[in-house]
Amino acid sequence: MSIDVTTEVVRERSLPVRAIRDTIAITGRNLIAYRRVPQLLVFSTIQPVIFVVMFRYVFGGAIHIRGSVSYVDFLMPGVFVQTVVFGAIATAIGLASDMKSGLMERFRSLPMARSAVLAGRTTADLARNVFVVLLMLVVGFLVGFRIHTDVLGLLGGILLLLAFGYAMCWIFATVGLIVGDPETAQAAAFPVLAPLVFASTLFVDSASMPGWLAAWADHQPVSLTAKAVRYLTLGDSPLGRSSDLWAALAWIAGILIVFAPLAVRRYRRAI
Amino acid sequence: MTDAAIQVEGLTKRFGDVMALDGIDFSVPTRSVFGLLGPNGAGKTTAIRILATVLEPSGGRAAVLGHDVATDPDAVRRRIGLAGQFAAVDANLTGRENLRLIGLLTQMETSAIPPRAAELLERFDLGDAADRPVRTYSGGMLRRLDVAAALVPRPPVLFLDEPTTGLDLHSRNGLCDMINELVEEGTTVLLTTQYLEEADRLAERVAVIDHGQVIANDAPSVLKAQLGSTVAELGFDDASIAEQARALLAGRRPGVEREGTLVRLSSNEGPRLLVDVLRELDGAQLSPATLAVHEPSLDDVFLALTGRHAEAISEDGEPAAEEPAGSRRRRRKGAA
Repeated sequence: MSIDVTTEVVRERSLPVRAIRDTIAITGRNLIAYRRVPQLLVFSTIQPVIFVVMFRYVFGGAIHIRGSVSYVDFLMPGVFVQTVVFGAIATAIGLASDMKSGLMERFRSLPMARSAVLAGRTTADLARNVFVVLLMLVVGFLVGFRIHTDVLGLLGGILLLLAFGYAMCWIFATVGLIVGDPETAQAAAFPVLAPLVFASTLFVDSASMPGWLAAWADHQPVSLTAKAVRYLTLGDSPLGRSSDLWAALAWIAGILIVFAPLAVRRYRRAI
Repeated sequence: MTDAAIQVEGLTKRFGDVMALDGIDFSVPTRSVFGLLGPNGAGKTTAIRILATVLEPSGGRAAVLGHDVATDPDAVRRRIGLAGQFAAVDANLTGRENLRLIGLLTQMETSAIPPRAAELLERFDLGDAADRPVRTYSGGMLRRLDVAAALVPRPPVLFLDEPTTGLDLHSRNGLCDMINELVEEGTTVLLTTQYLEEADRLAERVAVIDHGQVIANDAPSVLKAQLGSTVAELGFDDASIAEQARALLAGRRPGVEREGTLVRLSSNEGPRLLVDVLRELDGAQLSPATLAVHEPSLDDVFLALTGRHAEAISEDGEPAAEEPAGSRRRRRKGAA
């Protein structure tokens, strides 16, 4: 038999153990980037803060919402959703950068769990979303946002936002792996997101929209998630009902079921 | 079985219509340095990527320390280190953090990682920069960190894809010393290069690859000896004068050929040759307009082995728009 040099320092670990250890290692590596390049975080938080100020104080006075809910209470769930949706672009940019830099190629030559690169990326982006959502919540409270339900409703709303943001990360993981270039990933993301974020009920009620647009705005996943958060923070009203919560959960599950395998397959083929 | 660290048999790789590797064979003994020599797009990088389990082969067999790259890639991955053409490190991490990450992902004993990282950083002259983010590193530092990263788990087999690209002379020398040390410690090294001189310096044996096939497999000194150690190129004002000169010179010695207005001679007694040649030409009133002398290059190896120039081909099969190819084309045009 051939000579086999077994190095004493490299251990043979079972796949589940490797999957967990390697995901933690990759997550840590991605989080260091957020700490060391704070611009990444600042830009993804400044923009929603500007939206809060703009909609709350500039447009808000001219926007009327059905029922007795104040505009800021309507607005904030929409801004939370917008924040996690745009934040998902970072997943695409991160993975595309790794492909371009050759880091992905090195990862493929290592005895690490294949799943860890994608799991570590999306876990780091989930951790970033926790930070950003809590920050936006503070901003919201400062500009007058109030919870009409209770602490459980607020917690539920935060968990739903994080789950939706996590699902969006898998969509953009797929996008990032397909385009393989950070600039292209950024450019490709906006046309996909604009109709979801702006043709929505994130900032305004659909009542004033033409019928065909209202139909889209009321039923697309980004709006449904905002309505579900409104249901959880404002209570049952035409602005958000329990059926919206179920619809949002179904979308999250559906996105993960479709895009997680798609991204993994794409990763296996990507160089 | 043999004691080969790397065994490649009939290996093929197809990208669409392009055969990047068209059935290559070679084997690398343990504790040796083997070079893959060829122009851009010849298939060198494809071969390394398959051996490093980054790409799957289309056909044939490749094994590292007896483990098949296609059927048992994880066993191969536990035994190799790869430094590709681009510095595959994370720009936001420090040098030390990069090496620790590789240590974790190569399943090293956690306690063994920090001392190993520190040792490599010292060895590659990165001690002072160890705790700076890598995006502040110079090109040469990046390259050194990349090679260091490949060495973290002390892999018994090391792949280096054009390791000297982007290195200054000092770093090149350092790399040569490092490779020699590693081989003494028992490592097997497979590297690629476009330069015969570099292969001669680093590798004990080279396979010359052209269009996805091995066209020679020998010690670099043997390849060089086949060529003669010196190539002289004499340029004349027009092709007819050049032909007269060729006829005159070829009458007295082998290894004379003409290409347009250029007459090329190769010999292993360089200085003596030049004195004789110039005297003969002067006697026949055939003074050359230009004179160039150079050591055999990859291009000369190709000319000797295949009768044509090395052709740089990009991965998709198109001739690459690169400086060497471009300058050759210009030269041919000028000669026509």
